[in-house]
Amino acid sequence: MEQVRIEHVEKTFHNKEKEKSFTVFDDINLEIRSGEFLSLLGPSGCGKSTLLNIVAGLDEATNGEVFVGDKKVLQPGSDRGVVFQEAALMPWLTVLENVSFALRKKMKKEEAKEHAKKYLKLVHLSKFIGSYPHELSGGMKQRVAIARALAMDPKILLMDEPFGALDEQTRTMLHREVQYIWEETKKTILFVTHNIREAILLSDRIVLMGTRPGGIRKVYDVNLPRPRSITSPEFVQLEEDIMSILGGEIEKVMREEMGDDFNTKKASLLYGTDRNLGDHI
Amino acid sequence: MFPSPLGAIEQLYIGFFQTGILLTALSESIYRIALGYGLAILFGGSLGILIGVSKIADETLGTLVVALQSIPSIVWLPISLIIFAGAQTPAIIFIIVLGGTWAMTLNMRMGIKNVQPILIRAARTMGYNQKEIIWKVMIPAAIPSALTGARLAWAFGWRALIAAELIGRGGLGRTLMDARDFFNMDMVIAIMIIISVIGLIVEYLIFSRIEKRVLSRWGLSKL
Repeated sequence: MEQVRIEHVEKTFHNKEKEKSFTVFDDINLEIRSGEFLSLLGPSGCGKSTLLNIVAGLDEATNGEVFVGDKKVLQPGSDRGVVFQEAALMPWLTVLENVSFALRKKMKKEEAKEHAKKYLKLVHLSKFIGSYPHELSGGMKQRVAIARALAMDPKILLMDEPFGALDEQTRTMLHREVQYIWEETKKTILFVTHNIREAILLSDRIVLMGTRPGGIRKVYDVNLPRPRSITSPEFVQLEEDIMSILGGEIEKVMREEMGDDFNTKKASLLYGTDRNLGDHI
Repeated sequence: MFPSPLGAIEQLYIGFFQTGILLTALSESIYRIALGYGLAILFGGSLGILIGVSKIADETLGTLVVALQSIPSIVWLPISLIIFAGAQTPAIIFIIVLGGTWAMTLNMRMGIKNVQPILIRAARTMGYNQKEIIWKVMIPAAIPSALTGARLAWAFGWRALIAAELIGRGGLGRTLMDARDFFNMDMVIAIMIIISVIGLIVEYLIFSRIEKRVLSRWGLSKL
């Protein structure tokens, strides 16, 4: 059974002053099955975060509809927990208060705290419940954010490049924790990333998105047994497949940002015209 | 005629323990500043929140606040005395409120405007509505900025009080003018000492402590 249905979704940004509009993507159709781990993979600017925000109800689709269960998404709700790239914790609240903050809409203070403790234990932060966010490392903050999203007991967990700002070691550790949590809680997870390896490591399905025109390029089923090893031949093969398509997309983005000077074949940035400066003195 | 340090201390002793002039004057001034300052924080804070939250309010009242802030509040005294029919204490409290409110308003507004959008988005995903977000996210996030506002409001309010009392009646300011009329410069210095001691007490015993606590809790002290 599908949990999320994205039907003919289009997002266009209008610039009122210049009367210009820019369509990030149109006619996106996607179904996310219940309990599935689905990754949106793509170069920056392809609208993968925008799509996640539309599912979250934080952004509005210009056209088309998103359904969660049979309910149309009109605004954010506690049935969809969101983890952002930044932890987005309230700096004036302790770790425990931050997690119970998400629960205060539903339950009383004491009950919320008990509940929050359970989820902090799940992300191995029981020792730090009394700390303030600025006392924690980046990885720990992100784990608090994950606990906070899980505590609301949403059917769907939306993760927007949650480990993008972390170092490699921390990220590897959190990959393991997310897999564990996913297996433990059976949540449906929509995961946005630009990291191919991360996508293959975690997902059941990978939706590869492209730009200009924005949209879904290809959908990969990842049928590798877990836990996955990044050195297994199947893993490497899939990584190469995805890279061959994604590489072209990335080049498109770079060319757009840098103009026609850009060339991936040589380090064109080093051989700019500025190098000839002073030749004719 | 020229004041001497010993003379000032003697006057302090006499004023507090023998005649009680300074004690009465001090308590009158403190009553006025406490009430005026409290009202300034209350009005300034609420107005700042309103302007910070509502774009329409910002575009209309915002400019007005900046305009009002550039008027030294003592300038309002003649009008204030007419409004309150010559009643000194309300008129002077009015001056203190006018002195402190705008600084509080502008800082509170800035605090509300500078709340990280990601915190608001996060709260929205937890099902909080706009009103709850203002109370539970925006106002707490604006506390450090509000504290700066409260500090400035105190500085403006305290100066406004003394200035208003120099012209009006009652309190430390008037007592200072009376002392001048009697050429009692020791007393003038004594009152100046009281004014600065109160400034010190408020700064070190109140604001510094609160600020330290707030900054460390909000994680800003290391910056």
